[in-house]
Amino acid sequence: MSSAATLSPAYRSPPGRLHSILLAGCVPLFLGALLSDIAYYQSYQIQWGNFASWLLAGGELFCGLALLCALVNLVRAQRKAGHPLTYFVLLLATFVLGLIDSFQHAKDAWAVMPAGLVLSAIVFVLIVIAAWVGLSPRAGGAQ
Amino acid sequence: MKRSNALALLSMALLVSACGEKGADTQARGPDPKLPEQQRGLLPSMKIAEPAEWGSQKPTVPEGFSITPIATDLKIPRQTLVLPNGDILVAEGRGGSAAKLKPKDVIAGYIKAKGNTKVKGGNRLTLLRDADGDGKYEMQTVFAENLNAPYGLAFANNKLYVANQDELVSFDYQPGQTKAAGAPVSITKLPSEINHHWTKSLAVSPDGRFLYVGIGSNSNITERGMEAELDRAMVWQIDSATGAHKPYATGIRNPTALAIHPETGQLWSVVNERDELGPDLVPDYLTSVREGGFYGWPYSYWGQNVDPRVQPGDPKKVAAAIKPDYSLGSHVAALGVNFSLPIMGDKFANGAFVGEHGSWNRDQPVGYKVIFVPFKDGRPAGEPIDFVTGFRDGDGKTRGRPVGVTVDPRGALIVADDLSNTVWRVTRNR
Repeated sequence: MSSAATLSPAYRSPPGRLHSILLAGCVPLFLGALLSDIAYYQSYQIQWGNFASWLLAGGELFCGLALLCALVNLVRAQRKAGHPLTYFVLLLATFVLGLIDSFQHAKDAWAVMPAGLVLSAIVFVLIVIAAWVGLSPRAGGAQ
Repeated sequence: MKRSNALALLSMALLVSACGEKGADTQARGPDPKLPEQQRGLLPSMKIAEPAEWGSQKPTVPEGFSITPIATDLKIPRQTLVLPNGDILVAEGRGGSAAKLKPKDVIAGYIKAKGNTKVKGGNRLTLLRDADGDGKYEMQTVFAENLNAPYGLAFANNKLYVANQDELVSFDYQPGQTKAAGAPVSITKLPSEINHHWTKSLAVSPDGRFLYVGIGSNSNITERGMEAELDRAMVWQIDSATGAHKPYATGIRNPTALAIHPETGQLWSVVNERDELGPDLVPDYLTSVREGGFYGWPYSYWGQNVDPRVQPGDPKKVAAAIKPDYSLGSHVAALGVNFSLPIMGDKFANGAFVGEHGSWNRDQPVGYKVIFVPFKDGRPAGEPIDFVTGFRDGDGKTRGRPVGVTVDPRGALIVADDLSNTVWRVTRNR
């Protein structure tokens, strides 16, 4: 047993499996939305916009459930400041911006652009950071 | 009238620019409406009718007129036709098979359905007869059934023409007939892929040679792709003998009802314009339909006002777009038009009745009534006058939604109501 683990007993346990799946699953979903938006932006082909809408909806579902897990962890954490809080706030920001992005994508045709593309890019960056922090074995986020 | 619950959750925090919604009095109507800037909050404004029973109530008509229900328990009546012997035909049905392409379609479809009847469309024609002329239509019988969402109706050449959502058909007709003698005969197939706007309106030229069919667009504003708009948003001219067709007018987003002006023989249409550009955009309109005319959709509206949601745009098409003749106000959803006759009384002798189904994309609902647009020398002249109101009360309770309007030469206006599944008859008191 390493000394690091001994020094940080609260973060020793591995991330919860369901929580990990939900959190990690957000990444390709939001990435897919971003790529679809880029394709729509470049091609005007409406189907890419439809793909982006559904991928965002899927990302929001996973993200929302992961957010619930993160909230439970935060409430149960012995030391709420630091990583558990950072992770929760990052995920919350991702979810809220993702929701705004979803409504943006509910506009018709080119009304989605360019705000939809910009939002999707921000959401993707946020989810990568949130997952990076959340899945860190020392973070105590995804338990 | 309550806001849609499904979307209300975050609307308080997220609604960016829906403030500044104005009432019905800001609606620009008439030949030269002043159009505001485009606006769209993060959520579209939605206010859906709350269906209620008529009970002992009735719609309101001007002084000197009476209104009575002449047929009830129909299966979504849309358009009506008065036959030479005074019998009334009613087209009943609900069409459309548009796939839900986005999460938005699922949510918005659910919300909008709350404001419509739960009855299943009849896919039939019902015949109403008042044999003794006492104003009571004692006979209510099925003239033809197993049609596919019939909507537009016309009579000429001893034939009944019916515009189903996918096909223009005819029935041979003898005066007094109460049931179709045989199966309908196809004249031509009509564009029916997706059928986002499924209604096929119909009018016949005074000489009976040409049939005009209004075909709505396959989207609000091309969000199903331009490929889906082949042969859409146009009026077809169809040779009644051969079924050959050509586009008569294009860029006309959703021509939901057609009528021929009795003096000039000119084709007119009421047209539903695009949504989600704000409470006072884009005006639905009443217009003469010019042969070869392009009316802007999707690239622009009311002449040269460019719609940035359509990319890539087409400046040449925008430059060619015709300004319509008369604004009915935005979102009123005009679904019926018919020209009046002198028998309707001095005030309503010359002009067009317009049935307005009522809005969904507006915080302050508009429409939900039948109006009269006065004409002079074959052109609209003057302010519209409310003719039948009271379909929706101040509390948002909605008892009816007008669709087709037909002038009965015996001196009545026939109004189809597809919410309470009733046909109303407005007559002058003698």
